[in-house]
Amino acid sequence: MIRTKQYFSHLITCPMRHVIKIITILVAISAIWIGLLQTAVIPNSHTWLLPIYLVVLLGCYGLLMVGVGLMRFPTCPQEAMLLQQDIIEAKEFLKQKGVDFGSD
Amino acid sequence: MYSGIYLFICLFCFVLFRDVEFEIIVVDDGSPDGTQDVVKQLQQVYGEDCILLRPRPKKLGLGTAYIHGLKHASGNFVVIMDADLSHHPKYLPSFIKKQLETGASIVTGTRYAQGGGVHGWNLMRKLTSRGANVLAQTLLWPGVSDLTGSFRLYKKSVLEDIITSVVSKGYVFQMEMIVRASRKGYHIEEVPITFVDRVFGSSKLGGSEIVE
Repeated sequence: MIRTKQYFSHLITCPMRHVIKIITILVAISAIWIGLLQTAVIPNSHTWLLPIYLVVLLGCYGLLMVGVGLMRFPTCPQEAMLLQQDIIEAKEFLKQKGVDFGSD
Repeated sequence: MYSGIYLFICLFCFVLFRDVEFEIIVVDDGSPDGTQDVVKQLQQVYGEDCILLRPRPKKLGLGTAYIHGLKHASGNFVVIMDADLSHHPKYLPSFIKKQLETGASIVTGTRYAQGGGVHGWNLMRKLTSRGANVLAQTLLWPGVSDLTGSFRLYKKSVLEDIITSVVSKGYVFQMEMIVRASRKGYHIEEVPITFVDRVFGSSKLGGSEIVE
């Protein structure tokens, strides 16, 4: 688990152009796919559909991440209250200093 | 310029006054005179070398506002944040502390990490934010959790370097800044921040620069 994480963080930080990294991954996936077609380890009828499965999987993963993120979206209602208090204090302070802020 | 900018300046100065040497650069695009007058009054309270008012004749873009403000900045670090109190100055010490601890080139505020949060967003807003984030994370691998946040501390030289290479405008501008910084290999750290939206009505992007 840690090995994978190190690998990915290296992938992120290594100074190659980003487009090259994406192309490299696509080429690697294509190579695996063609390899499977050639050697017929999995029946070819399934292998032809693999890219579609991959795309669908990616799409589902994306939707899942959005959904999970939405549910776990961090909110902070207490901050709004604290902010209102800070605003009141600030107004008091400035009034004492003689600042006139007109209509608000 | 937001009608509540005097509150922003007051809270800001309150948080940092004794500990850090700073100046606030307010870039104003043709706001009505009333708001400028309040800022001038605050200049009397805090000193004119503390609050610099740098107006521009008419409304120009956010990116050019940053560049304009950067020209007048004299310190080693620049903090960019919204002046409508959606970004609370009370987080500034945590930005500074993080930078001192890690020596990072950029410290960016994240609303999505533990300790961060958002208030005042409806479901649609959360959805677009989350969707954009997932998409950008999948495609761009930026290495930060909050791409569109605009509460950031930069080393001045780093900001100057990035801002000249950014080409987009508006909403995407903030994303492009941090992605370019990440690509250039700059050390980026994050601190959690909370974001309270719509305290002052309009939700357009606005900003002020603070220099330390």
